[in-house]
Amino acid sequence: MTAAVGRNASGTGTTGLTIETQGLTKRFGHQVAVDGVNLAVPHGSVFGFLGPNGSGKTTTIRMMLGLAAASSGTVSVLGLDMPNRLHEVLPRVGALVEGPAFYPFLSGAANLHRLDAASRNARPATRRTRVGEALERVGLSHAAGKRVHAYSLGMKQRLGIANALLSPRELLVLDEPTNGLDPQGTREVRNLVRSLAADGATVFVSSHLLAEVEQICTHAAIMSTGRLVAQGPLAELRQAGEARIRLLTPDAGTAFGVLARLGMTPVAGSPETDGAVVTATLGTGAGPDALAGNGSVAPEEIVARLVEGGVRVRGFSVERESLEDRFVALTGEGFDVAQ
Amino acid sequence: MPSSVPGELPNRFPQSGSGARSRGVSTSVPARDRAASSIPLLGSELSVLFRRRRTWAMLLALAAIPVLIAVAVRLSSSVPSGRGPAFLDRISQNGLFVAVTAMLVSVPLFLPLTIGVVAGDTIAGEASLGTLRYLLVAPAGRVRLLLVKYAGALVFCVAAPVTVALAGAAIGASLFPIGPVTLLSGDVVQPPEAAVRLVLIAAYLAVSLAGLSAIGLFLSTLTVVPVGAMAATVVLSVVSQVLDQLPQLEWLHPWLFSHYWLGFGDLLRQPVLWDSFGSNALLQAGYVAVFGALAYGRFVTKDVLS
Ligand SMILES: Nc1ncnc2c1ncn2[C@@H]1O[C@H](COP(=O)(O)OP(=O)(O)OP(=O)(O)O)[C@@H](O)[C@H]1O
Ligand SMILES: [Mg+2]
Repeated sequence: MTAAVGRNASGTGTTGLTIETQGLTKRFGHQVAVDGVNLAVPHGSVFGFLGPNGSGKTTTIRMMLGLAAASSGTVSVLGLDMPNRLHEVLPRVGALVEGPAFYPFLSGAANLHRLDAASRNARPATRRTRVGEALERVGLSHAAGKRVHAYSLGMKQRLGIANALLSPRELLVLDEPTNGLDPQGTREVRNLVRSLAADGATVFVSSHLLAEVEQICTHAAIMSTGRLVAQGPLAELRQAGEARIRLLTPDAGTAFGVLARLGMTPVAGSPETDGAVVTATLGTGAGPDALAGNGSVAPEEIVARLVEGGVRVRGFSVERESLEDRFVALTGEGFDVAQ
Repeated sequence: MPSSVPGELPNRFPQSGSGARSRGVSTSVPARDRAASSIPLLGSELSVLFRRRRTWAMLLALAAIPVLIAVAVRLSSSVPSGRGPAFLDRISQNGLFVAVTAMLVSVPLFLPLTIGVVAGDTIAGEASLGTLRYLLVAPAGRVRLLLVKYAGALVFCVAAPVTVALAGAAIGASLFPIGPVTLLSGDVVQPPEAAVRLVLIAAYLAVSLAGLSAIGLFLSTLTVVPVGAMAATVVLSVVSQVLDQLPQLEWLHPWLFSHYWLGFGDLLRQPVLWDSFGSNALLQAGYVAVFGALAYGRFVTKDVLS
């Protein structure tokens, strides 16, 4: 499975980890916002950092960038200890943290000049060119001279991304980069992330847009109330979810019997016009007719048994959990923000 | 006339006070490197400061003080001697006194007000905009950013009294005659020499405001609400001046940062008496050291969560 996830020539896991945290914890008073997180972001990966609102994504990013001190635990970025080696690390990192922030009374270009001048390492001689290129890259060239005060939300978001791209970076940390963007903007960001990754950069994207993460990421981690509940290559994360069969038949009773003898636990789904729906989880075979000893039941074998048993099969499918199902399974159904 | 002399020096700043002249011990070459790499950031800081409408509004308001004074004097037939701010009665004979009067008038409230706004905004303003996190991630370096922010506030400390002096000299010259100036010591100097004295007074005020700026910088590291830091800075400047008026607290007076604020009368003598300038500079340096250290201690360990 690992072969399917390596997107870059530089590859994953060859030179170790671009970001590594160990037991990273942040307390605000008695609230634990980040709780013993061990992140491992492979070099060259596009890493999706998922989690519901308030699960500690931004707080983790702040600690990674040396904005906030960890209550306990360690962070290393680009192989160097943070925040001790901050001055060596940050020039190589572009970041968008919790939305863009700019001086409203300055133009977009002037804002970028200001933030670039703040960097000790950015070369003043090339500043104008680099600002122009960054604006070009996010499609803001025409609004470069406009005051940020008059920018729309999506324009500010684009400017924030441009700021992260002012210098060539080895790592990009993007906290919800597509927030407020129109469909074109979202697509552009996806393409941008892909092209950055193709150039060999590691991209760490936090998001709650699962579809987006599924489209661009090679790896992902899921946070829930400050804890890391899953991480790994995207394909493996999806694998970890259980596959289910879905059977459409008028002979529900018989089907239940057959499936039960295969060691599965059939559940009645909501009936449809042309028959009853029966679902069951694949791969828990332990019944009298269980096939392979390792507990997995091949779907085609199930259909054969059903037909043998006189079940009229009108529809049969194997459904894998989507990342969204997996996300909800790991982080809970409730809509209320967890404390 | 001598009764209206501002800033007779009743007390001297205790010379025995130590710790005011603390110097950092760092090797010179990296220090020079660091300073060089800070110049673009300082330039950017100043351009942000002086591209804000608020900064210009404050400087305009300061420039309006001498204009108001000059117009009021011009419109009234005569100013009774000994009433109103010191020097007011000399304006109609010599326009240069507009600048002196305006600087004197703006010391207690207007100058501290504008310095409070600029110094209180230094860190808290960036924090409330959210730009602080991007400056730090750039990375600006916390110490470097703090130093540049303070340097920016100091530039404003120079700009504010210079604005009052320039506006005063300009309006004075246009509404009143300019001629030889009689100093407080009774000596008469020619207008060019008098202009030098004006520059000296502006420099004296700039130095006077350095301590308040350091206090504002420190308060600014404590909050993400810039208005809070601004108001606290201004309130402290008023409190300091009130305490300086209470005879019961005489022992405290030489330690108050506003103690020498009105002491620039000595610059209008022949020869110039530098004592109050020196005492003031020493006192302000002490405040800069103490509050600079507090701001440093606070800012380098602060979690930037805005
Ligand atoms: N400055 C703060 N003081 C106290 N608690 C805070 C502070 N900032 C964040 N928290 C708490 O830390 C927890 C994690 O917040 P964080 O901003 O990291 O969440 P997030 O995963 O980024 O959420 P979102 O998806 O909404 O951006 C939340 O419960 C929040 O209430
Ligand atoms: Mg967040």
